Amino acid sequence: MAWQKLCPLDEIPALGARVVEHPGGNIAVFRTAGGSVFALADACPHKGGPLSQGIVHGDGDNARVTCPLHGWNVELDSGSACAPDDGCVARYAVRVDAGSVWLDAP
Amino acid sequence: MKKQKLVMVGNGMAGVKTLEELLRHAPDRFDITVFGAEPHGNYNRILLSPVLAGEMTLPDIMLNDLDWYRDNGITLHAGRKVVEIDRVRRSVRADDGTEAQYDRLLLATGSLPFILPVAGKDLPGVIAYRDIADTEAMIAAARDHRHAVVIGAGLLGLEAANGLVLRGMAVTVVHLGGWIMERQLDKPAADLLQASLEAKGMQFRLSAQTAELLPVEGGGAGARVGAVRLKDGTLLPADLVVMAAGIRPNTTLAESARLHCDRGIVVSDTLQTITDPRVYAVGECANHRGIAYGLVAPLFDQAKVCANHLAGFGIGRYQGSVTSTKLKVTGVDVFSAGDFHGGDGCDEILLHDRAGGVYKKLVLKDERLAGAVMVGDTSDGAWYFQLVREGKNIAELRDHLLFGQSFTQSQLGDAGHQGKSQAALLPDSAEICGCNGVCKGTIVKAIREHGLFTLDEVKKHTKASSSCGSCTGLVEQILASTVGGAYQAVDKHAKPVCACTGHNHAEVRAAIREQKLLTIPATMKALEWKTPNGCATCRPALNYYLISTWPHEAQDDPQSRFINERAHANIQKDGTYSVVPRMWGGLTTPAELRAIADAAEKYHVPTVKVTGGQRIDLLGVRKDDLPAIWADLNAAGMVSGHAYGKSLRTVKTCVGMEHCRFGTQLAMDMGVKLEKMLFGMWSPHKVKLAVSGCPRNCAESGIKDVGVIGVDSGYEIYVAGNGGIKTEVAQFFCKVGSDEEVLEYSGAFLQLYREEAFYLERTCHYIERVGLEHARKFVIDDAESRKALYARLLFALADAPDPWAEQQAAPLARHYKTISLKLDNEGDRHGLAETVPA
Repeated sequence: MAWQKLCPLDEIPALGARVVEHPGGNIAVFRTAGGSVFALADACPHKGGPLSQGIVHGDGDNARVTCPLHGWNVELDSGSACAPDDGCVARYAVRVDAGSVWLDAP
Repeated sequence: MKKQKLVMVGNGMAGVKTLEELLRHAPDRFDITVFGAEPHGNYNRILLSPVLAGEMTLPDIMLNDLDWYRDNGITLHAGRKVVEIDRVRRSVRADDGTEAQYDRLLLATGSLPFILPVAGKDLPGVIAYRDIADTEAMIAAARDHRHAVVIGAGLLGLEAANGLVLRGMAVTVVHLGGWIMERQLDKPAADLLQASLEAKGMQFRLSAQTAELLPVEGGGAGARVGAVRLKDGTLLPADLVVMAAGIRPNTTLAESARLHCDRGIVVSDTLQTITDPRVYAVGECANHRGIAYGLVAPLFDQAKVCANHLAGFGIGRYQGSVTSTKLKVTGVDVFSAGDFHGGDGCDEILLHDRAGGVYKKLVLKDERLAGAVMVGDTSDGAWYFQLVREGKNIAELRDHLLFGQSFTQSQLGDAGHQGKSQAALLPDSAEICGCNGVCKGTIVKAIREHGLFTLDEVKKHTKASSSCGSCTGLVEQILASTVGGAYQAVDKHAKPVCACTGHNHAEVRAAIREQKLLTIPATMKALEWKTPNGCATCRPALNYYLISTWPHEAQDDPQSRFINERAHANIQKDGTYSVVPRMWGGLTTPAELRAIADAAEKYHVPTVKVTGGQRIDLLGVRKDDLPAIWADLNAAGMVSGHAYGKSLRTVKTCVGMEHCRFGTQLAMDMGVKLEKMLFGMWSPHKVKLAVSGCPRNCAESGIKDVGVIGVDSGYEIYVAGNGGIKTEVAQFFCKVGSDEEVLEYSGAFLQLYREEAFYLERTCHYIERVGLEHARKFVIDDAESRKALYARLLFALADAPDPWAEQQAAPLARHYKTISLKLDNEGDRHGLAETVPA
């Protein structure tokens, strides 16, 4: 499907996330302190908790979100749970262009 | 940066622990080469005794197999002994000629058994007890021979003797001292222990000195040992002689490299040798402040500090350890810690049941536990050891101390379930962690398979005790009984806040106050945080410390708060939220109830429930609807109930003198006054209050952080109660005469808690840590201090806004909205998205 413009980057708080409604399940779009954006399925591999509501920390390859339900850490760039937990969530392509966030969701 | 070269000599537990810690901190800093004299990876030397006793096998006790070295890019020269260090060229050479250059050298050469200088010490069949080879030699001897003599009745000697008895040998233990384990036990304890070991078949010769070891008669040259002759002429048959008369640090190599040694390689608090700062030493070979430790727990502490220094952080310092001893002989429980001899200025508490086989002695000095020795029942060993290490004032516990943790705490009103049952006796199927459904077998398996040594590691791998924490005591007991002496309970207050920093909570609080830090980035910079912006553990703590230390000045960071405090509602398991409007003192009106009912219908709230704190909870609200439902509730005069925060939750009241025929004070009125005063108070953890109008205490003031009970002449104030995880009865704090005093004393107490408690510490944990006397001193005894605390509280709470009203304004309100994608077959939707060609 086409790339879609979501919102201006400023609409996502730094070290925070916004939720995008999607027929295949909500998508969480995260913004790190350095301004990178990542998009993951908004469901923790543990018990389906909304990752978008977690605390975002780290940056670049080490950017992570801590699930608000039971504290699993999930890597934002790979979607994998951090050891010793095991599991992963779907990733979506996302980019920032001219101050706007774009998402490529199937 | 070019990698530096790190060479480690010795491949034992202390050294490899250092490498593990180092790899965690700075995985790419060094090329690592390890020389080990034994042809194995790293194994758990402590567990050689269970191997000898036939309770475990060698594969069970491997900690790091050869794959581990390969996976971490470590060059391992197993079976090669380093014979020379050239400190000028910075290289080491092994006996087979292998050489390695170093930038940093780590010596972990361990210790050597002390071999008695007697005739016959080199005969076949005479061995020490240090490594896998010795263990295998003993197992082999037990197969073919009958008589064994163990010289030395210390920990190692007794464990060796026990193993040999279990393997069918007739064992005599020869000991120079007047009683066994004289360094760890007093005579009555040793006598009891000896009796129980004799019952297992061991024989003892005390105050006995070995004169010589004799070969088998007529055995010719190369004959095996056959007997031991004592100084008094006694001849003991012996096909196997185990020398366990002590160990001494192995400093041969270090001495040859002209490193200063004095009963161990002398090291500083950073584990660097005092001769050459490029050379470090850890473990049994090192002498730190005059002590060469022979137990594993202190060696692990050393390893951590050493790794920290090698990684270039340089903030850790090793300052010595208090040690405890536990004998690993199945069925015989022995424990000792600290100074158990007593003497001038010490008191002793003693229980001696000779027939029952139980002996307990506690040595007290200046109202602190100085040491303990126990035989027969050692289930409280870990607790006593903790009291010794923490130096906690035990005046209040003294009457019950001897009877153990569970009895003592039950007498102090702690009916909580802090792991008092004896975890070692539980079956594998017993559920330990009720939150995450983790049973004992799972925990033990994880400890064994992954080689776990700390509570944190167990939490990470099994999730046990990682939720509410009420099973922490049980998990610690399981850890202690599974890894034996290698487990050392950490003082949780001395621990760093999280892996992002080396600083503990107290240090962080102090830095924020002393350096007037006002933002999280500034705090992280000042305290040299290791991560760019912390983690979900440290950021909420920092945020609280900042806003509580510098109210109206420090910057509150919503992104560093847990979602509930960010969204001003409680997240539920399905991602919806619950909304609790404030009802001052638990009072409401028909108009408010009507507004709540209207809101519940308008937003299709599936569940409406009355809470334990006398409020109404609307459960199942979509996040998108939160600003709107708040607006409706605001319009009816209601504000946020803060049911989601580490903050003032509720002031529960009974109907009091307003209606009740027994009431002595206006409980509802007092409750409303307290709640209005404390509105918007952020705190280290949630805070709950109650006001009862008479001693019948219908508002349950006895289990609240601050509980007020009206009496005819005024009010009694109780503090530090808790009705949750750890049920704790509130303690009597003071009696006051007027409403104003209730506000002032309660407020001052809560402000003291806000200023001094660590994040996530409830009042009961805080008071347990600092003592009620401490709070009395600042709130009751010193009127000036009380008024200052009260003033600081009122200043912090001045103009506390209603967060619900704040959140409805743009742009904040937009953050609650889900963004809708525009889908091909639908018209314009309310979201922000718009489609463009790819």
